[in-house]
Amino acid sequence: MERKYEILEHMADGKFRAYGSNLEEALGNAALAMVSLMWDWEKIRPILKETIQLEASSPEQLTVKFLTELIYLLEVKSFLLGRVDKIGIEEDDQNGKKIYRLKAEIAGDQLSPDYEIYGQVKAVTYNDMKIEKADDGLVIQVVVDM
Amino acid sequence: MDIVRVSEFIWEIPKSGEMKVPARIYASEKLIELAKRDQTLQQARNVACLPGIQRMSYVMPDAHQGYGFPIGGVAAFDLDDGIISPGGVGYDINCGVRLLRTDFKESDITAKRKELLAEIFKEVPAGVGKGGITKLSRNVLKEILVKGAEWAVEQGYGSAEDLERTEENGRMKDAAWEFISDRAMERGIPQLGTLGAGNHFLEIQKVDEIYDETVAKAFGIEEKGQVLVMIHCGSRGLGHQIATDYIELMENKFGFKGLPDRELINAPFKSDLGQRYYKSMCAAVNYAFANRQMIAHWVRDVFAKVMGSARNMRQIYDVCHNVAKVEKHTVNGKEKLLCVHRKGATRSFGPGRPEIPPVYRAVGQPVLIPGSMGTASYILVGTKEAEELSFSSTAHGAGRVMSRNEALRRFRGEQIRDELAKKGVELKASSWKGVAEEASAAYKDVDEVVRVSHETMLGKLVARVVPIGVMKG
Repeated sequence: MERKYEILEHMADGKFRAYGSNLEEALGNAALAMVSLMWDWEKIRPILKETIQLEASSPEQLTVKFLTELIYLLEVKSFLLGRVDKIGIEEDDQNGKKIYRLKAEIAGDQLSPDYEIYGQVKAVTYNDMKIEKADDGLVIQVVVDM
Repeated sequence: MDIVRVSEFIWEIPKSGEMKVPARIYASEKLIELAKRDQTLQQARNVACLPGIQRMSYVMPDAHQGYGFPIGGVAAFDLDDGIISPGGVGYDINCGVRLLRTDFKESDITAKRKELLAEIFKEVPAGVGKGGITKLSRNVLKEILVKGAEWAVEQGYGSAEDLERTEENGRMKDAAWEFISDRAMERGIPQLGTLGAGNHFLEIQKVDEIYDETVAKAFGIEEKGQVLVMIHCGSRGLGHQIATDYIELMENKFGFKGLPDRELINAPFKSDLGQRYYKSMCAAVNYAFANRQMIAHWVRDVFAKVMGSARNMRQIYDVCHNVAKVEKHTVNGKEKLLCVHRKGATRSFGPGRPEIPPVYRAVGQPVLIPGSMGTASYILVGTKEAEELSFSSTAHGAGRVMSRNEALRRFRGEQIRDELAKKGVELKASSWKGVAEEASAAYKDVDEVVRVSHETMLGKLVARVVPIGVMKG
């Protein structure tokens, strides 16, 4: 897929649409889209590895929790995402309720004065969130509080 | 949507469909047109549909579209039949403003302005991912969550007088840390005593205009040119995570079917989950009070060092503009306790309210309204009329009118710095791109917002202040 994501206009906060042939790929691109509101991920040396594991009750909740984890890594571990290496999602049924389990391997670098951080995403919201099938895959639209 | 003009500055959306009460917007023609451009009015209408809402769903003059509730939304709910909603408080719990006065005149600090700002920039950590200078243990964090600014004063940051001049005396009594996630705690530990980024700022200001000399004097504002310091920040990642956590918990428990907007998710105030959120939110409010208490202390230290004195750098007041509080109000002639949500709105209690410190009780509560970066800010005073009009609330700031993308396309941070310098305003920032995003042209005209507040009696004008030094995270 050509485009990974596009940043959309939003009056007060940050909004983007991420593309992928499936949910895994679209979520990986959503991660890059979100951090592009804070730093230039292409400039981050991918020398540190992190693993994210979490579960959620819907693809929307999975999106919020996964992206929130990247804010957590920034604030608590000073980790700047530069690359998404691998994302795996398993669907499971638990007492008739769907569970989505995600495991992501990502790479990046420690926050340092070498990198310009120009914005701050405070939180990932459900506002105007869309996860939709497109001709050649999936689109995830997210609004983040800045 | 049906919008009725009630008077020059009052507009209403009459009750229809699922609405339990009407919605009311305080705005000039210019401001209502801005509100019509986005989802603000629809969101005000959605709030009017929530269980237990009292009187009206109110919208302040600076309102714009938010998540679930509009920014600039005020809604009060019955404690027995009503709800509490994280979306009615906002992600940045107790985002707020603290204002310090000084005895200095602009001319006293002109020569040292650069040095003052540089030293404050050194002492007060700011910017994204920038940790505080204090490494907290989890036990100390728990103490801060319960005691708020009181903890900071016990540690030697400021004085008891500061507490008296802070909403809730710097401590929400209902706070508890027990229902806060590890994730939220972890985000809170490195960020105490930091300004953050985005629209948060610290400004050295001067009094530009005094509208009400008597009230200004009561607040410690004596003359034009007097130097003040304004601090605008919140509960940082701790508050953001608490909001995120409870939106998920409430959604898992109650689902969002039937809600016009997923971010209107709520819980009955008296339910277990409602109380857990309320107590955790109070803890985040306390964290933000402690945060501003520490920053104010460092600012005084810098003045003492650079100017040789921090004498009479008394705190005027500290207000929260993202919060839910239990307050006594009159509805249908009956006094009762309500859970008042103010999301991007400032409390504006009039004279006599027991919540106001004795020193201001005769005149009313100071209301602090920050402008956008580099523009004027305002000091207002709460009114008795506001109780009837808006559960004692008024505006909280300017509100954006231009997206960040658009601002980035139009402005450059360095160019903004140079233009401010020409106006005699010094600017220090951790990112020039971040400065461009916060360009004042991307914000509503705060003058118009406070004019409406004044004319409607939501909060009356006391003084206008302009920056001479701006520090942006």
